[in-house]
Amino acid sequence: MSQFFTYTILTATIASAVQYAAPFLLAALGETLGQRSGVLNLGVDGIMLLGAFSCYYVALETGSDLLGILVGMGVGAVLGLMTAFMSVTLKATQGISGIGVYIFGLGLSDLLFVRFVGTPLPVNPLPAVDIPLLSHIPALGRMFFQQNLLIYLAFLLVPALALVLYHTNYGTRVLAVGENPAAADSLGISVTRTRYSTVMLGCTMAGLAGSTLLLLDGIFQENLTQSAGFIAVALVYFGAWRPAGVMTGSLLYGVVTAVVLQWKSLGIIPTSAADLAATAPAVITILALVALAGRFKQPAALGKPYLRGA
Amino acid sequence: MTTTEVPLGGSVLAPRSIIWKRLRRLLLGWLALPLSALAALLIGALLILGFGANPVTGYHALLSGAFGGSYALASTAQKAVPLLLVATGICIAVRANVWNIGGEGQIVMGALASTATALALPNLPAFVLLPLVVIAAACGGAIWAGIAGFFKAYFNVNEILSTIMLNLVAVQVMNYLLSGPLVNKSQSFSITGLIPQTKLLSKNAWLPTIMSGTQLNLGVVIAVAVAVAVYFLLWRTGFGFRIRAVGLSRDAAAYAGMPVKRTVMNAMVLSGACCGVAGAVLVFGSISHRMVTDGSLTGFTGNDGFNGIVVALFGGLNPLWSILSAYLFGGLLIGGTSMQAIIGVPTDLVTTIEGLVVIFVVSIDYLRVRFRIQEEAQRLERDKERAPESSGRSLLFKLARARA
Amino acid sequence: MRTKSMWVRCLVTLASVSVLVTAMPASVTPASATSPTTTLKVALVAPSAVNDLAFTQSMVAALDSLKTSYNLQISISDNEFVVSDAANLIRQYASRGYNLVIAHGSQYGSILQQLAPKFRKVSFAWGTAGSTFNEPNIYAYQANSNEGGYVQGYMAGMLSKSHVIGVIGPIDVGDAQLYCDGFKAGVLAQDPTATVHESFTGSFSDVTLMASAAKAYIADGADVLTGSSQSVVGAIGVAKSDKVAWFGTQWTQASLAPTEVVSSQVYNWKPVLEQILTGIRGGKLGGATYTISLGNTGEKIAFNPSYPLPANVKAQAKKLINEIVDGTLTVAQ
Repeated sequence: MSQFFTYTILTATIASAVQYAAPFLLAALGETLGQRSGVLNLGVDGIMLLGAFSCYYVALETGSDLLGILVGMGVGAVLGLMTAFMSVTLKATQGISGIGVYIFGLGLSDLLFVRFVGTPLPVNPLPAVDIPLLSHIPALGRMFFQQNLLIYLAFLLVPALALVLYHTNYGTRVLAVGENPAAADSLGISVTRTRYSTVMLGCTMAGLAGSTLLLLDGIFQENLTQSAGFIAVALVYFGAWRPAGVMTGSLLYGVVTAVVLQWKSLGIIPTSAADLAATAPAVITILALVALAGRFKQPAALGKPYLRGA
Repeated sequence: MTTTEVPLGGSVLAPRSIIWKRLRRLLLGWLALPLSALAALLIGALLILGFGANPVTGYHALLSGAFGGSYALASTAQKAVPLLLVATGICIAVRANVWNIGGEGQIVMGALASTATALALPNLPAFVLLPLVVIAAACGGAIWAGIAGFFKAYFNVNEILSTIMLNLVAVQVMNYLLSGPLVNKSQSFSITGLIPQTKLLSKNAWLPTIMSGTQLNLGVVIAVAVAVAVYFLLWRTGFGFRIRAVGLSRDAAAYAGMPVKRTVMNAMVLSGACCGVAGAVLVFGSISHRMVTDGSLTGFTGNDGFNGIVVALFGGLNPLWSILSAYLFGGLLIGGTSMQAIIGVPTDLVTTIEGLVVIFVVSIDYLRVRFRIQEEAQRLERDKERAPESSGRSLLFKLARARA
Repeated sequence: MRTKSMWVRCLVTLASVSVLVTAMPASVTPASATSPTTTLKVALVAPSAVNDLAFTQSMVAALDSLKTSYNLQISISDNEFVVSDAANLIRQYASRGYNLVIAHGSQYGSILQQLAPKFRKVSFAWGTAGSTFNEPNIYAYQANSNEGGYVQGYMAGMLSKSHVIGVIGPIDVGDAQLYCDGFKAGVLAQDPTATVHESFTGSFSDVTLMASAAKAYIADGADVLTGSSQSVVGAIGVAKSDKVAWFGTQWTQASLAPTEVVSSQVYNWKPVLEQILTGIRGGKLGGATYTISLGNTGEKIAFNPSYPLPANVKAQAKKLINEIVDGTLTVAQ
């Protein structure tokens, strides 16, 4: 146990936790935006997978990670359009349409992978960018300020989303549409347009999350996300639909996972107990939420398609 | 709009609009569901072509694998059994407005409980052991869902979060038990360590085959019985009434004096029990007659926990109609496996087509319903007008008058 | 009510469709395989993808290479990690007249145990495993991956400067366990004071977990890593970016990190398949266990030419291989 509490290992563990948490954070922030406007999207995992594959394929063929990221986001946006169309215009039951998108994304991403890639080759991972000055802070610098650009972006989006939600007109519209679409409608806010925009933005972020995960792993594989999208949706509830809460949840989940992995590899957790130890992130997340005792209510219109006059 | 050209008692626009209306009713009423599934399958055909295989052969293989002949029909029914059980559970939960996404975990916990029971008491006679393992499975699933239900009812922890997290916990518990306490230690053939599987389970607990030459076993009877029982529970008992009432409006139910928290908890517990029984059927009706894992949830459940949600919603959250939707969805899954084997396309192609079918069918459903609502509204209006013309024309007429 | 009419309509459609579909024959017996001119129908059911750079890819490559010389018609169902679906598939292939059904995964064993007695004319092959359940129509095959593991472990001991080495397995079973154990033994044989960390991610397919485990080892100072299963691609990615040496198994993994992969123990299932196919052609449908090892070209240490391997390390490795092949050195299992 004492070997864990060394400077190198502690800082490396937290750095690893931050990296692990980033894709969850991105997807969860996007889902938060969508859910705030009243749309539940359970298909996040499928969108992450398709975004990850597109990023991989483009990066592989062109050698440019940046192009891959942009295409990944673009694919997310297209799928967002499709999701919005189903949920807002066609008013399909949101839980089930999401699962359909998940199954579709799971199958299509691997199908395209098998068809177009054959034997997989790795792509260049994103280089770590040390933030001048801050990265030299002992301990904290190694943990937080020597990550790649996408990780910084993920954490910067937390205050950005909070700003948008609470301090812009757009954000006010989003919140209104999520709480009381009928009232918003009567005030002249287009429920349809608002929901389309939040869902598309949210799915773009899911595509970005997939790309981030891919560039962290360096290669694509079938079911790369391993249900990360569902965990991201769960984290939205944990964070009580607030960006800061979502960030806390993602970091908590990431830190517990990284610590368990580190303890496993150091032998602190024997192999026989390894499986039970791996339940720690999930258990701690639930217990943490129980302890915080849900004082926050969900957006009143979450999951209900809006029909004018209904 | 040429309102002045519409004669009051004339019939210039009548035939066209009536034909169009009848066509729309035909399309949306009768054919919406099959057409949307067809649209999904057409896209699937394009994908099949993209892999150099013949879609016609492929879909023929799908249909004959699912419904062609008694063996296929039996296989489809067998595949539908866990889907139906999970769907029944989802009906209960969602009717109480509790979104139980934890089907996968509850299936596994039910399977583990029933397996442990069979391993502990292998020599009990079949007519005791078989019901016992089913009850054990129900308890396993019920407890697992009950955890989420408890946190939802008494701590307001969102059930989507807790059930997803509990799924993650369930897979690790399964791996731990199947490589540790429950593992078959007498794998003398294996020099390479113990495969995470149990001993061959007691014959007294095997679900008896009810149609020789096929895999169709007692699980079908159990599943249908559960579905019918839950239907009666939900619509013919006070308990079920409370579940549905809480689902429609928690506040109204609380105002009416119903024990809301207990009802929510009960709904989750029952939902988990159904999923747990699905786990028992998967273990005791399997070809290998033991519980084995590859380390993932889906490796054991085949995604039944999620597919069951789809089946329940396709069945209108009604267990009786879920019997049918489970059968059809099972057909899609079984037929898909056949198709993959016969025309040699990747397994993921079948998964993609399944996803497309769900997307298309769920998208068309609300349109259909909305069309019906519109139709009803217009019919009412027509009656009120007491005019012999079609509603479209009377509407036009009204607009014309308003414009003028 | 709307649900009811919707489903009535579905039933009608379904009934009419079923009438149109022809019934399937109950079972087709496989064509006699003894004549070399008849095509042997072979099916492979595997738990991971055909391009997984590991377990399944090695078998697919071997099968393909024998296609023309043995006159085979090959059907592959990959990604069948759901055991009950795999059971249905294996049963389907058996009842559709396939001569050989290869169940390429240790979790499939119990299925074969139940199915083999029902399809006596079909030959089943099960790997990696060491038992045929005493059935006359089951072949078993396995890989002595501990042999190559030992050699690579020894090399790792020589190459490591920090004397901290990491081993990441998927699940502690099958050839993964053999390999990891052999590797560890090899390291300790070369340097008994070295620290060998070993852990299992609990999944054959979770790439991110493997990558995170690799990072954890590197944080502890490991400068040589190894692992097994198709999820190692994540760990190799980390090895590449942190410039840590990697030893691969099951398939050649040099392409993933050209300057970090030292060598890979490549599985060549050809010798096993040839023995099985020859047996089937001769009328023998099972009852034997075949192994690939360093001795019978079933396993080969493929050195990565792009890695700057010191000559003495390579020479020592070759010496060890020779000793294992001629029996002077036995690697414990």
